[in-house]
Amino acid sequence: MSEKEITERIMEDDEIHKKGGEVSPALISIHPLEESIAVAIGSELRVFDLVGTKPVVLHDHAGGPSHSDSIRSICFGAKGTLFASAGDDKLVKIWKVDSWKCIRTVSSEKRVTAVSISHDGLFVCLADKFGVVWVVDLNSQGENQCPVDKSASPLLGHYCSIITSLEFSPDGRFIVSADRDFKIRITVFPKKPLKGAHEIQSFCLGHTDFVSCLAFAFSTDDSSQGFLLSGGGDSTVRLWDYLSGSLLDTCDIGSKLACNGDKSKVKEDGCSVVTDLCVCHNGSLVSVSVQSFHGVILLNCNLIAKTLSFSMAIPIVGNFIPTSMATGNNSDHLWMVMGASGLPSADPNVMYPVRVKVIAGLKKFHSDIEVQNLSILKDDDIPGSKDSLMVLQGSLDVEKDEDSLVHTAEALKTAMRNLLIKRQYSVEKREVRKKSRNDRKLKRKVV
Amino acid sequence: MTRNGKQMEMNKNSSHHPRKRFYRARAHSNPLSDSHFPIPISPSEVDYSHHYPYFYPDGWNSNVNSNDGTASKIQFADIGCGFGGLLVSLSQLFPDTLMIGMELRDKVSEYVKERILALRMSIPGQYENISVVRTNSMKYLPNYFTKKQLTKMFFLFPDPHFKEKNHRRRVISPHLLDEYAYTLQTGGIIYTITDVEELGDWMRSCLEEHPLFQAVPEHELEADPVVKLLSGATEEGQKVARNEGQTFQAIYRRIELED
Ligand SMILES: C[S@@+](CC[C@H](N)C(=O)[O-])C[C@H]1O[C@@H](n2cnc3c(N)ncnc32)[C@H](O)[C@@H]1O
Repeated sequence: MSEKEITERIMEDDEIHKKGGEVSPALISIHPLEESIAVAIGSELRVFDLVGTKPVVLHDHAGGPSHSDSIRSICFGAKGTLFASAGDDKLVKIWKVDSWKCIRTVSSEKRVTAVSISHDGLFVCLADKFGVVWVVDLNSQGENQCPVDKSASPLLGHYCSIITSLEFSPDGRFIVSADRDFKIRITVFPKKPLKGAHEIQSFCLGHTDFVSCLAFAFSTDDSSQGFLLSGGGDSTVRLWDYLSGSLLDTCDIGSKLACNGDKSKVKEDGCSVVTDLCVCHNGSLVSVSVQSFHGVILLNCNLIAKTLSFSMAIPIVGNFIPTSMATGNNSDHLWMVMGASGLPSADPNVMYPVRVKVIAGLKKFHSDIEVQNLSILKDDDIPGSKDSLMVLQGSLDVEKDEDSLVHTAEALKTAMRNLLIKRQYSVEKREVRKKSRNDRKLKRKVV
Repeated sequence: MTRNGKQMEMNKNSSHHPRKRFYRARAHSNPLSDSHFPIPISPSEVDYSHHYPYFYPDGWNSNVNSNDGTASKIQFADIGCGFGGLLVSLSQLFPDTLMIGMELRDKVSEYVKERILALRMSIPGQYENISVVRTNSMKYLPNYFTKKQLTKMFFLFPDPHFKEKNHRRRVISPHLLDEYAYTLQTGGIIYTITDVEELGDWMRSCLEEHPLFQAVPEHELEADPVVKLLSGATEEGQKVARNEGQTFQAIYRRIELED
């Protein structure tokens, strides 16, 4: 390859990468007691009140749309009194759930990749693109009147690695952060977090590719601290004793899914990348969404034997690959959303298709009895019925839009890969990159 | 990366000591750029029997499985070890302690490897306790060491990264100290030295403000034979000494949080 060709190839790569970086998957989050449900798509936040079965109107003191760029993370606090949203516009919005009023807008210097609320509802933590986790004290006044509140203090840092997920342990004692460099870090969440979280409890090391999602499996019946689950680009879900950092069990999802039967292709396509995890049924059932599987995979999690095993794959017909999943505390329902914004070839004037589906029967789930206990609810049977779908999806006849869902699925695959898998440049490509960068520098100097 | 014929020959006949000029490398490296070298998934994945064959006569697995598998674990790490002068001096001072240098620059770490092999050849039975890995310590320390494994960490004449926007490249920083505290045993010691006053102030204040570190008192420093090596054992230190430059030390102990 000539240098020119290489340069062109790199520019192409960068272009794709840039586009991939702008694609943002739809997110879903549900109130712990299922009082309300939220979907984020692009910069838009859609909330439905499941108790009053009506759309929620968000009250943002700033007026106008709350976010101006893709939302990358949303979550409810454990007690269900707070909700947080954050993303590429470098803003974190903290909402009071009873009134859906935005009580705080914190600005970050960098794009925000993950957000989490401490169990006592006193602190919000956010992770930025540079691998730093910041903490905001909700009790302090902040610069409340000021639209740009910069009151976050640094809590901890992953050295220059994108943080992909941020979670508090069930007992609230630890904050867990996962990154693109295969790493999961367990840090003691201190009594005075504004002074930083310096005590690292453990590292959970075992993933051989980026970590994409974290979840805790614990039983509300006993007082044990529970276990950590993680999923990632190596197409595995892993079970950890997070106090010691030891790996208890690994479930290789890739090998369970005959992805065209060709393992090497699986790897290359990244089609069995684990994108989300959701723990149901008092910690005994783990629902897994995978890059290109139409449906969800269920794993049995045995908290006593400390094992993780494949239970079944639940296919969903009609192009449905969940981009995010959610369930309430010991709920019977698993909510799933599929959608993406910023698709490379999508018409910017057309609304992004978003599809929401619900699986019911989790409470009665038993891996011995067949699938019949579980059902994929018809649109009319979904909690809030068509009203909730109207709000969360933005339209009812998404199904007609089959083509765009196929398109979404394809684009997401690329996006995920570009976003998280490190670009491997060949030596020659790297040399050209360096050169061209220096060229630019020189030019600037001359000017 | 490819070595020339002369070197290959030299390596075969390893009792010749490697010469630095064959290993000329860039003066500074950017710890932020993603390098391409193998990274162990976790500390248990690293086969240290290759590094310390004398201490693992039966290979790696046999040692791991024996009940005293902890007996020979690395205790000292020289971060950004450069050409390895400190390791060579420490090797004599603590012949039973395993120690490792971590170096980002490929050629420099190759040099150290050859240097150690040559020393082992010329004085059999010695220098068996030192070795080197090429890695970015700022990213991958937990991939090499378990919690509270180390008793000493060295940061001698680290790159200064003067510009404010490059401070996050510094090898001592508030966030990285959290990882060093994780890696060090309670009572373990961090040794830092530099000839750049500004960096000296920075390292001292990072350590001073960190709740898990406490300055080692003066009288203990005087009794510690390691302290005497800081300014003169490494190549960088010798350069500074030749130019009669001033040096700035900060030596701190890993303590437990008071609650
Ligand atoms: C100025 S030299 C000092 C070398 C040696 N300690 C001495 O005193 O002679 C700093 C060294 O740190 C290495 N270094 C810089 N960043 C590093 C990193 N993140 N991981 C490992 N080594 C690093 C550089 O390659 C360089 O060899």
